[in-house]
Amino acid sequence: MTDMRTAFAETARDIVADDPLAAVVFADISTALFEDAMVRFPDRLINVGIRESLMISVGGGLALTGMHPIMHSYTPFLVERAFEQIKLDLGHQDAAAVLVSIGASYDVPRAGRTHHGPGDVALIDTVPGFTVHVPGHASEVPVLLRDAVGRAHSSYIRLSEATNAVRLPVSPGLTVVRRGRRALVIAVGPMLDPVLDATEGMNVTVAYATTVRPFDGAGVRSLAATNTVVLVEPYLAGTSIRLIDEALVDRPHRTLGLGVARTELRRYGTVADHSRAYGLDPARIRSSLDRFLATPPAHAEPGGA
Amino acid sequence: MTTRGTRGHHEVMELTYHDLPGLMTLMTGDEKHTPSATSTLDVLWVLYDRILHVTPSTVDAPDRDRFLLSKGHGPAAYYAVLAAKGYLPEAWLDDFGGISSRLGYHPDHNLIPGVEISSGSLGHGLPLGVGMAHGLSAQGLTSSRVFVLIGDAELDEGTNHEAIAYAGAIGLANLTAIVVDNQSSSHGWTGGVASRFEVNGWSTSTVDGRDHDQIAEALSRRHADRPHVVVAVVEPKDS
Repeated sequence: MTDMRTAFAETARDIVADDPLAAVVFADISTALFEDAMVRFPDRLINVGIRESLMISVGGGLALTGMHPIMHSYTPFLVERAFEQIKLDLGHQDAAAVLVSIGASYDVPRAGRTHHGPGDVALIDTVPGFTVHVPGHASEVPVLLRDAVGRAHSSYIRLSEATNAVRLPVSPGLTVVRRGRRALVIAVGPMLDPVLDATEGMNVTVAYATTVRPFDGAGVRSLAATNTVVLVEPYLAGTSIRLIDEALVDRPHRTLGLGVARTELRRYGTVADHSRAYGLDPARIRSSLDRFLATPPAHAEPGGA
Repeated sequence: MTTRGTRGHHEVMELTYHDLPGLMTLMTGDEKHTPSATSTLDVLWVLYDRILHVTPSTVDAPDRDRFLLSKGHGPAAYYAVLAAKGYLPEAWLDDFGGISSRLGYHPDHNLIPGVEISSGSLGHGLPLGVGMAHGLSAQGLTSSRVFVLIGDAELDEGTNHEAIAYAGAIGLANLTAIVVDNQSSSHGWTGGVASRFEVNGWSTSTVDGRDHDQIAEALSRRHADRPHVVVAVVEPKDS
């Protein structure tokens, strides 16, 4: 099965071949995947070397001449190292680009904190106008990338090595995977598999989200029948909780945001080790859900839901 | 100032270099404006008067030259030149920085015709200019040039050095940097500003930043295989 990074590189090459305004700007990451395309399209496959700030600004400059740039690197180097370039050279300039990261929150725990990027979506969320996609399966990547390139606003596509066994069609809104009565549990991107394991046998609705900006507030309103919502995100815990609150602003509600903790683990090890440490493995997601659902809402009448 | 009588009329009257101090006074209220009070004034005038292939009616033409004012602070000289050349109405200058004004203490390209980038935070213009130069080449717009004005203190920002090394290495010939050097960098540039570019393969010219003919001659130079920098030396800041 093709992994997300390969799916991205193959699709990007096809897009550059089809769209004379499309360009890929990268910084010595994934170079091998672009070698043949660099020969075919030397003007539009641009490797700036290990210069991530320049990479983002070059993308901004390309967009200002009417081109459709895609910028690509490892999560912390793409989003955090060059954040002011994203804020100003894309956001403030009103220059549209597509940012595609690999590495997710902790795809390579042995590499240590410098290569972890759990804060990426929260940071991108401070820049007005960005669409944010968090695919959970490689089959979603070509659809999302093709849709994002050439749009009037910028997009961030967050790839991961983690992938769901379940392959769902790409939707801009929530996709219901399981129906139940006690709560709405939303799994973002690659969190769907662990969430489905964790909620096995529970009487809850499980919905899947690939696109988290804009967040499907209407979907939340229609699916949160008990006004009890759990959001499981593969990056900083609670990153999208404010949007659940906005969606349910006129209804008393309870929310729980699961995700990567803000504390630094200072451990190497495996992805499974880190998921356990952050409470994102099925067993720990299940215990968090049980505790949350066992707590009666403060406003509930005795004997109520 | 002889042209004040045209304010508010639709009649277009070509203004000259000598009108710029008066236009700047509209913004700053300072009656004693002289060209030497603003380090960038002469370079800006020469660019718009003699060099750039762009006019108020071609600000959206794909094949126009691009001018990027990276050093966005102290933009009164820039706005004065744009007003003198007809890109924006002189009346806009009166409310400089006001809530209803399109002209702020740093320019916003979404608000001002002919302004290619919003600037203010230092060190963004040259990297953006590298992207624009790439974009023009990729679209076959080979006669268009990209000019980026930075300050010698702005050159402190490391992002410039990413752009200088990269543009030199790939020979980005449609890019010209202009460094207005008023010796305001806290730690200076031992060996000269131009040496930072030269070592990375740029062609360089160092000129008197008040001499219009020297500035124009240096800006007209274009090599087929490398980017060019013009270091325009002016009086030290606060001298």
